[in-house]
Amino acid sequence: MKFSLEVWRQPAGDAAGTFTSYEVDEISPDSSFLEMLDILNERLTESGGEPIAFDSDCREGICGMCSLVIDGQAHGPQRATTTCQLYMRQFDDGAQITIEPFRSGAFPVVRDLVVDRSAFDRILRAGGYVTVHSGPKPDPNDIPVEPEVAEKAIDAACCIGCGACVAACPNGAAMLYTAAKVSHLALLPQGQPERFARVQRMTEQMQKEGFGSCRNYGECEAQCPKAISIDFIGRMNRDLLRAKVTQPIDFRGDMKTQ
Amino acid sequence: MRRISGFYQSLIGKKAVVACTGLVLLGFLVLHVIGNLKGFLPPAAGGEPDIDVYAHFLRNVGEPLIPHLVVLWGVRIVLGTALVLHVVTVLQLAAHNRGARPIRYRGAEHVAATAPARWMLVTGCAVLFFLILHLLQFTFDALGPPIAPRANFGCVYQNLWEAFQHGGVLLFYVAGMAAVGLHVFHGAWSALQTLGIDNPDRNRGLRAFATGMALFLFLAFLSLPVAMALGVIPEPSAYSAACSASAA
Amino acid sequence: MDLDAKIPDGPIAQKWTQHKDAIRLVGPRNRPHYRVIVVGTGLAGASAASSMAAMGYQVECFCFQDSPRRAHSIAAQGGINASKNYRNDGDSTFRLFSDTQKGGDYRSREANVWRLAELSTAIIDQAVAQGVPFAREYGGMLANRSFGGVLVERTFYCRGETGQQLLLGANSALAREIGAGHVKMHTRTEFLDLVVADGRARGIVVRDLVTGAISSYAADAVVLASGGYTNVFNLSTNARGCNVTATWRAHKRGAGFANPCYVQIHPTGIPAAGEHQSKLTLMSESLRNDARIWVPKQKHDTRAPGEIPEAERYYYLEERYPRFGNLVPRDVASRNAKDVCDAGLGVGPTGFGVYLDFRDAIAENGIETIDERYGNIFDMYNRITAEDPRETPMRIYPAPHYAMGGLWVDYDLMTTLPGLFAIGEANFSDHGANRLGASSMMQCLADGYFVLPITIGDYLSRHPYGEMDTSHAAFGDTEREVGERISKLLSTTGTKPVDAFHRELGSLMMDECGITRNEAGLRNAIEKIPELRERFWREVRVPGSGASFNQSLEQAGRLADFLEFAELMCHDALDRDESCGCHFREEHQTEDGETLRNDEDFAHVSVWEHNAVGTEPTLHKEPLEFEALPLAQRNYKT
Repeated sequence: MKFSLEVWRQPAGDAAGTFTSYEVDEISPDSSFLEMLDILNERLTESGGEPIAFDSDCREGICGMCSLVIDGQAHGPQRATTTCQLYMRQFDDGAQITIEPFRSGAFPVVRDLVVDRSAFDRILRAGGYVTVHSGPKPDPNDIPVEPEVAEKAIDAACCIGCGACVAACPNGAAMLYTAAKVSHLALLPQGQPERFARVQRMTEQMQKEGFGSCRNYGECEAQCPKAISIDFIGRMNRDLLRAKVTQPIDFRGDMKTQ
Repeated sequence: MRRISGFYQSLIGKKAVVACTGLVLLGFLVLHVIGNLKGFLPPAAGGEPDIDVYAHFLRNVGEPLIPHLVVLWGVRIVLGTALVLHVVTVLQLAAHNRGARPIRYRGAEHVAATAPARWMLVTGCAVLFFLILHLLQFTFDALGPPIAPRANFGCVYQNLWEAFQHGGVLLFYVAGMAAVGLHVFHGAWSALQTLGIDNPDRNRGLRAFATGMALFLFLAFLSLPVAMALGVIPEPSAYSAACSASAA
Repeated sequence: MDLDAKIPDGPIAQKWTQHKDAIRLVGPRNRPHYRVIVVGTGLAGASAASSMAAMGYQVECFCFQDSPRRAHSIAAQGGINASKNYRNDGDSTFRLFSDTQKGGDYRSREANVWRLAELSTAIIDQAVAQGVPFAREYGGMLANRSFGGVLVERTFYCRGETGQQLLLGANSALAREIGAGHVKMHTRTEFLDLVVADGRARGIVVRDLVTGAISSYAADAVVLASGGYTNVFNLSTNARGCNVTATWRAHKRGAGFANPCYVQIHPTGIPAAGEHQSKLTLMSESLRNDARIWVPKQKHDTRAPGEIPEAERYYYLEERYPRFGNLVPRDVASRNAKDVCDAGLGVGPTGFGVYLDFRDAIAENGIETIDERYGNIFDMYNRITAEDPRETPMRIYPAPHYAMGGLWVDYDLMTTLPGLFAIGEANFSDHGANRLGASSMMQCLADGYFVLPITIGDYLSRHPYGEMDTSHAAFGDTEREVGERISKLLSTTGTKPVDAFHRELGSLMMDECGITRNEAGLRNAIEKIPELRERFWREVRVPGSGASFNQSLEQAGRLADFLEFAELMCHDALDRDESCGCHFREEHQTEDGETLRNDEDFAHVSVWEHNAVGTEPTLHKEPLEFEALPLAQRNYKT
């Protein structure tokens, strides 16, 4: 197969970027989108050019490292699919394909198609955990969890942290990511003690990172490679509003270790 | 105070403010349209149009316990505050969002967002513009004839009738109500989602509620003007009250 | 090379408890004075870093990905074993121990394996407390499934993404410690060398992958949790970034490398579709429960599978192993697939694939039942190959999956280099010559949550070497060497991309040191690898500069290490003149084509000492003793 690519090239985060056109041919329909870029990069290397920088690692749709906005859609046109699991047979032969980095004020470009998603990690650090140390714990069966609840928690916990929700959102909001993280723990009995502190801290950090606010477009849900539902956003909002109205303003939790 | 400012400073708190004020305004629209539909009712006991009686009642709610006009102004203040908060907060959020996503994509951007959802700011501005003219026309009587031929204070039925004889006014109202309908179509559901009322079992119902609400408001609001323009309901002169006499 | 494993005395069931009571600890007031470096943030690295930080140690943690959550542990699918005996089916610590030991074909250290089995239950408790949403039964109790041909149901799981959930649990603990300031996290920062000062591991040299800056970090101990080396085969189930650099560099600095020839090859990977392929995707092994594996009887048969009549299908596993049929262990299934493909019976565009056919299962159980069991896997397969397994048989081929070998460690998980610890897949310890299904995550988390945080205290308390900072000459020297190597890579004047050499190395290794090995092949590889290495340095082109984000440079550095490591792997495979577990030497097989161990001469761990690149490494042996479970030959035929 043959494709014309319009690829965003930007030598460094602080440099100006521009679209560059490339023609790639002799691409097997069985190659993945990233393999197509690998081939292009090899050809660029051989011909003395600079390969295109893009992120990827596991290439089986679980690590969340791959990104790319393909023809205006995060992870490309196929629903519930990461870029690494997108195959070229999804495109027409001779198609023109535009490839851009994930765009968000909170995801600065590192180089070409690589962006810095460390804001997600900082949201997690603000409260996306259950405070337990390593060591003896009660037997898990002492605290039964309804299978329905456990399933729902996995629905949220299957977030791969790729940032497609932010890239897809015209407002650059990270609500779906944060909601998935908050809801996973808020659903389980183990997450209850920190439930209201967690939702406040994580959403506060989300705002500090400069993510936008939700306008309930549903783009995030549609472009999420794991099809995580925006119902979790409603659930997070509910917890947050409840916390803001009923919880003490000054947290006294998180006792100092000393 | 710290609690309130803390609430308002958070993005989700702001969204909740938009949602709550939106729901208040939606509630007002529902009451408003119920009042409008009284235009279809037969004359009240004194031969006065029922809608005129209702308009009179609005000024006297709570009497004799509460003085004349107090409830009306109370409601106006609440609605005005809600409207100001709604608009100001939305503008703050919109400014914030522009900063959060400074660069647009080249390709098509929308996979799931409905057109009404994307046009919320536009329909919102349109509704606001409509509202200002609507208040100037009927509440403050500032536009003057022929757009607002104010025959007589309190003669609601007659005033409406005469205003809607102008094709331009009718068209303006159709456009205004379309904006309201589109705004409510996304807004009503969005508000419930923002407040977390949403859940998978209810979601379908909430979507239906928003769609139904949008359609109901659009049709119900326009029914009276259209009926008047087409003359399928009685002319003001058919009523025996003082208003019709003075207009003649 | 000192190979004292420091196995505690006493009965095997008491060893760990007694050892914990006997070793020295660092007091809570002193812990903040010690700094520990952790390289890697997978299950082992994240659990170790968070556990040590929570105890009070200063931890510096490094990963080359953009977030610690992306480490390849996240891709583990099946589940995690624990001898909870929730199913009341007779499970026990001893059963898990003996299954692991037998699965490893008696090539692991008994005391370590027992400890692993003993700690398995605590891992589940820990994970659940962190909020890992394991599957539950209707009553709210944890669910189990059977896995990997053992006689009890002891595998805990979260759908098909157990690794992701366990890693998110460990990563959440790590995130908390980072947020609290106890762990300093360095993302997009790649380990490039170990700093050894006065005979001890005292720090590391890293490259900031964004700015290209090279810098050093000093510490009182260094922990490598950098995973396995299976990407030496180029095409494997590992993530693209998985590499041998950390363990190989440590090896070159003096840490012994144990059993590098042990690599598990998983039988149910999706075959490569062509040259362009960048990685192999694993399909759940559970597929073999219902499907029948076959190839056409006729060589190079190009007919569509549906057109091949029953009489012309060769159900080779069922015919060769009537008792287990399609459910023979991983290594047996892998070897037989290679065997039929080498004979020209393979299917698919490359001829390296066999059919995994659900036709009979669908006819017997109905499409709904089969879909319920495997629907999501069918969809995944369909997405990758554009073929629907409900209509046409799947194609599978063995895929390199997991490295049992790694840095040699003693009972305390310390390598032969004092102050350098290795945990998780990076060490060699618990899986012998073949790993039991659903036990890799168990080992990583046992090491990280429960073993290392305690045993490292013993080392630290015995070696209060005080402040060491990066002004020590060893840091400057190491940094300079790293810088020179990068300059050398960037100054190569060839034209070929790095991947071309990786493909070449991968296919050489797969042919000569893969599913089966023989003396001639291994000698051939040992001869060819240095040639390839030399060509790499001459013909490769590494574009860009060292002072910026440069993925070609990252890949080149990793491949350069693989090109050295591959030679060691072949030496080990050549030296181990027996078949055991995944290491199948064609010269040593039973009449039925089964592995034939030689316990007389090879019941030891082969630990290699590095000499110089291109010269033969020196072999040291740690003899293995079998007290709790006497040696026995495995048999899947009858």
